[in-house]
Amino acid sequence: MANKLINQMSLPKSIANIFTARNIITAKDALSLTEFELMELLDVGMAEVASAMAHISEVVCPPCQTALLLMEQRVRNESMAGHLPTRLKGLDEALCGGIPFGVLTELVGPPGIGKTQFCLKLSLLASLPANFGGLDGRVIYIDVESKFSSKRLIEIGTKSFPEIFHKKGMAQEMAGRILILRPTSLSEFAESLHRIKVSLLQQQVKLLIIDSMAALVLGEHDCGASKQQALGWHVSFIKSLAEFSRIPIVLTNQVRSQMGDESLMYSFQAQSRSTKEDVPVTFDSHLVAALGINWAHAVTIRLVLESKSGQRFIKLAKSPISPPLAFPFNITSSGIVLLDDNGIEMKGPDINNIHCQGLFLIFSVVKSAECILNKYKNYLER
Amino acid sequence: MEIGMLPISASKRGKLLAAGYTTLNAISRTSTTILAREIEVSESEASEILKFATKTSALDRSSGSNTNIIDGGQTAWDMLNEERYSSLVTTSCVDLDNILGGGISCKEVTEIGGVPGIGKTQIGIQLAVNVQIPLDYGGLGGKAIYIDTEGSFMVERVLQIAEACIEDMSEYSHHFHKDNQAYVVKMHPNSILENIFYFRVCSYTEQIALVNYLDKFITEHKDVKIIIIDSVTFHFRQDFDDMALRTRLLGEMSLKFMKLARNFSLAVVMLNQVTTKHIEGSFQLTLALGDSWSHSCTNRIILYWNGDERHAYIDKSPSLKSASAPYSVTSRGIRNCNSTSNSKRIKMV
Repeated sequence: MANKLINQMSLPKSIANIFTARNIITAKDALSLTEFELMELLDVGMAEVASAMAHISEVVCPPCQTALLLMEQRVRNESMAGHLPTRLKGLDEALCGGIPFGVLTELVGPPGIGKTQFCLKLSLLASLPANFGGLDGRVIYIDVESKFSSKRLIEIGTKSFPEIFHKKGMAQEMAGRILILRPTSLSEFAESLHRIKVSLLQQQVKLLIIDSMAALVLGEHDCGASKQQALGWHVSFIKSLAEFSRIPIVLTNQVRSQMGDESLMYSFQAQSRSTKEDVPVTFDSHLVAALGINWAHAVTIRLVLESKSGQRFIKLAKSPISPPLAFPFNITSSGIVLLDDNGIEMKGPDINNIHCQGLFLIFSVVKSAECILNKYKNYLER
Repeated sequence: MEIGMLPISASKRGKLLAAGYTTLNAISRTSTTILAREIEVSESEASEILKFATKTSALDRSSGSNTNIIDGGQTAWDMLNEERYSSLVTTSCVDLDNILGGGISCKEVTEIGGVPGIGKTQIGIQLAVNVQIPLDYGGLGGKAIYIDTEGSFMVERVLQIAEACIEDMSEYSHHFHKDNQAYVVKMHPNSILENIFYFRVCSYTEQIALVNYLDKFITEHKDVKIIIIDSVTFHFRQDFDDMALRTRLLGEMSLKFMKLARNFSLAVVMLNQVTTKHIEGSFQLTLALGDSWSHSCTNRIILYWNGDERHAYIDKSPSLKSASAPYSVTSRGIRNCNSTSNSKRIKMV
């Protein structure tokens, strides 16, 4: 809409020609200027500029819908009123039916917690035939960290939906619907996104998974502002992709550690805190989601996967439709299983915290030690 | 006053100056024919210029003699009287309403910001529902415009909040007018949903276009009493390299919102995101879009975590004193913090 041509908006010919003559071609060009600037540039009077701008604005401005119409449309046109059920009963109830279409859903958690397992399960669910409660469509799985395992996919399939996967040829058909892309850089990723955009509607794609967004962005070498900007562009593109094709998009995100209790505060809060001198200085590090606050604003639903004293939890950290609940879960051969469908309501900002205690700590320590060793080796080799 | 003020094109202004017309008085004394001949334009154009000039210069003269009757001005006393009758949109949280002096006030632009997941969209949806509370129940009986730039508007959630709001109203009528039962039945959640006009904006150009168009839209739908923009930031934060252009566009947009708020006496609520800022050696949270933006709204409310409670803090307001109040987001919407929300779920220790 923004790049709509002004001379195709059925403005009076005389004024449309003036716009073209001054090289103001698209609505974006015109709307980026103030009325006064346009008067100067186009050399016409205030009244003409005002009426032309009103006309352009009306053409460009998105259509108005009432919330009621929106709801009726979804109920009519989409399965489950626009939700992909996760088959985790408690989670589905809290999310009003499952992962919603048209928005970004993010999974955050420490390594090994089960993000990829969740993604595998979701991609199976989307590819299942409609009479088994699936979306009967294709899945595009963008696998950045090369963690996708077809073997595990089939295992989850046979364990959770034996009636389908034991039918001859069905396993092949289900797995054949899942397309895996492995971009190595952000630019390659952007390119494949453009290709996806075209094929989304024609190919009956019903789910897009990006595992993981963080690896994609953090893998780039240039840092700082330009990285944020590149991310910003991708965020709006992915969001518009979700919106326009009305499919659920699931992204995973990594965690990083933050030192001390340097939790961020507003200036007015800091003042009140400095008067209280009893705050002990700690050097503990805690985990936060990677990719920063701008990204956190952009995702509509954030699910935090964590482990607390050996028990794994899945938490609804950000969601406009559900209360802040935490569900204990386990990973079995059939994928993620909730241990309790009622959930535990969390009070306060604790819902956003990412714990990594118990079994996993050892695992992640080993992993980070490995990482350090590797780096050291590389260093020596050079 | 000089001719630079006239709303005419640059070339005509140039011609006027070249012909020696420097003041409006000089123009208003000539006739159409003379003016047309002297600056080489058609008679109709000349008469238009003349019309502008006489109108403006008449205004100019009257303002010199009597300062009270400038067009568009208003005395402080009139404003006070008007404010007394200005209406408020309740937030459904009594504590929050108290520090806001009764709720979000119409005719003003209010900005609400906070970290992700604190409940900005929730407050937005709650206000869009609450503006429709009928006059009999102390509401405004208006309609709402919801401008969604992020795609985070969830109809399921609107339905939940609308249902809870109707329940509350029927409870209220139970307490006060025992005979008013018939009225409650009339209000249906679907009618609340029907009165929320939803615009999905996908780029900043569309956002600007929409703001321009709203003037016409509201003239056609007179009972719109609140505009919610969720969030004002999103498109201006992504993919924008020309910062000067951004500041200018944002400034213009906020002026247009203020004009809408005043002309149609409706409330404008802009939701904003947060960003980090490096001040005095440490990183602090602050609302996005920079310093010049923070001047552009009348009221500014920041939502933050205070221990385990969500709090709202009045960061800026010309009439309210800075204060903070707790609120909570329940399945029924925004409510008081200590309210008996009788949640069936187990509280975590």
